[in-house]
Amino acid sequence: MITFEHIRKQFPDGTVAVDDLDLELPTGKITVFVGPSGCGKTTSLRMINRMVEPTSGRILVDGEDVLGKDPAVLRRGIGYVIQHAGLFPHRTIVDNVATVPHLLGRNKTERRRSALELLERVGLPATFADRYPSQLSGGQQQRVGVARALAADPPVMLMDEPFSAVDPVVRDQLQQEFLRLQSELGKTIALVTHDIDEAVKLGDTIAVFRAGGHLAQVGTPQELLERPADDFVRDFVGRDRGFRGLSFESAAGLAVRPLTDAGTAARLVLDDGGRPVSWEGAGLTGGSAAVDGTFTATDSLRLVTDLALSSPVGVAVRVDGAGRADGLVPHHDLVDHLAARRSTA
Amino acid sequence: MIDYLGSNSDVVLAALRQHVGLAFLPLLIGVVLALPVGYLGVRFGWLYHPLLNASGIVYSIPSLALFVTLPYVLGTQVLSPVNIVVALSLYTLALMARTVADGLRSVDPSLTEAATAMGYRRTRRLVEVELPLALPVVLAGVRVAAVSNISLVSVGALIGIGGLGALFTRGFQLFYTAPILVGVVLSVLLAAVTDLVIVSVQRAVTPWTRATTRRA
Repeated sequence: MITFEHIRKQFPDGTVAVDDLDLELPTGKITVFVGPSGCGKTTSLRMINRMVEPTSGRILVDGEDVLGKDPAVLRRGIGYVIQHAGLFPHRTIVDNVATVPHLLGRNKTERRRSALELLERVGLPATFADRYPSQLSGGQQQRVGVARALAADPPVMLMDEPFSAVDPVVRDQLQQEFLRLQSELGKTIALVTHDIDEAVKLGDTIAVFRAGGHLAQVGTPQELLERPADDFVRDFVGRDRGFRGLSFESAAGLAVRPLTDAGTAARLVLDDGGRPVSWEGAGLTGGSAAVDGTFTATDSLRLVTDLALSSPVGVAVRVDGAGRADGLVPHHDLVDHLAARRSTA
Repeated sequence: MIDYLGSNSDVVLAALRQHVGLAFLPLLIGVVLALPVGYLGVRFGWLYHPLLNASGIVYSIPSLALFVTLPYVLGTQVLSPVNIVVALSLYTLALMARTVADGLRSVDPSLTEAATAMGYRRTRRLVEVELPLALPVVLAGVRVAAVSNISLVSVGALIGIGGLGALFTRGFQLFYTAPILVGVVLSVLLAAVTDLVIVSVQRAVTPWTRATTRRA
């Protein structure tokens, strides 16, 4: 657990970046610091490994005051990932990954072996080991950056805008893999982003900062979307928070209609295995349209809503575990369901 | 010219040996001194501009003037090779202190910061991260300093110690072009070979600068 106690940071020019911050980051969870630029989120992150020294207050990592430790020793025990990966251009990938073990004086064979293991873990082939960072794409470099932070198996990781510098497709992929990795490793992670979508996707807890280093709200993504504490959080979370809030609701309670009762003129065509193929009906261009996406009972209402809205006939198709169609949800049923859920909530 | 070489090979070889010594000993001394001086110019930012000015002033002193004034400053013999060594060391220092400072300043600050955040202390970070990354710039400076030293040694012939430069003064005195030609050819060869050696060293120690961009 990481604990901020009355942390204040005032820079020599008088700017107060963080003012009386009290915050707890639970062990084994991802806590996201999010907020507009200049809100003190990065400064707060960097105080954990003493890259910035607080003006007053205490920061405890597992009960120990970080200010009582040798900064270099402290930092070797805390993983650190930055925006452009920050790999050393003069070192090969495997040596980059082994940076902290090298500082800790581990022997070369062991360093290389564990670095190769980590490369595999972050989804990079062993053939990359002896390349230089300039020979890798931005997304690949960022994976190496994550591997480097994990190399000495630190219990705590700090990540400063780790996925901001890559394109949206790669970012999404890196985020998914990061969550998969975290589910295996269970590190205590503090992650800074300015992107509320990233915060909602990655955070177990989100701390929303406002200018001047004040906390506007701390809560789970769902709490933030459903019950923003004030207008600042409401604005920051954005207009479509109602829609995004559906990500947290399961489609399990959603009533479905039998396959023959789509509530429209169109008819669902299945293949021999019972899997949905296309819609056929006079109203469709060319008489038919492919079924583009399905959901299962464990998916979110957000996915169902998206499928119903994007379907050419306005109907979402549910499938069972084997991919066989087993129910239909027309968009007007979905709206009724959402309205009923609102009135009982 | 070939005849001259055949009958004077010992004289020419001695001149060449002296030339190499007078050019490279100061190069070594100058570079070794320039490393800490250049580093200080980066570590303490206010020193950087005074360093540039001092470097410019030293470099603007004509070499012959320096050769003949040093004996008064150092108390050495007028004909002592120490004068040449000290003078060329000063030039190398002036050139290289600035180059070392510029090389260190060329290192991306986000990398030194990343190194610190990984747990590097200052000295080890300098040796393992900043200096290697400054090497391309520093070695480019070493090439200039080496070739500059090789050409300046010849000027020393005017005060009696000039390596291959002694062949020029002898040729002029005797109205005989062969030694002059041999001196010129050997000076150029020495400079070319030196440059080639430094470039090879640079390629060997900075493999990452040539890593081709292969994206998989």
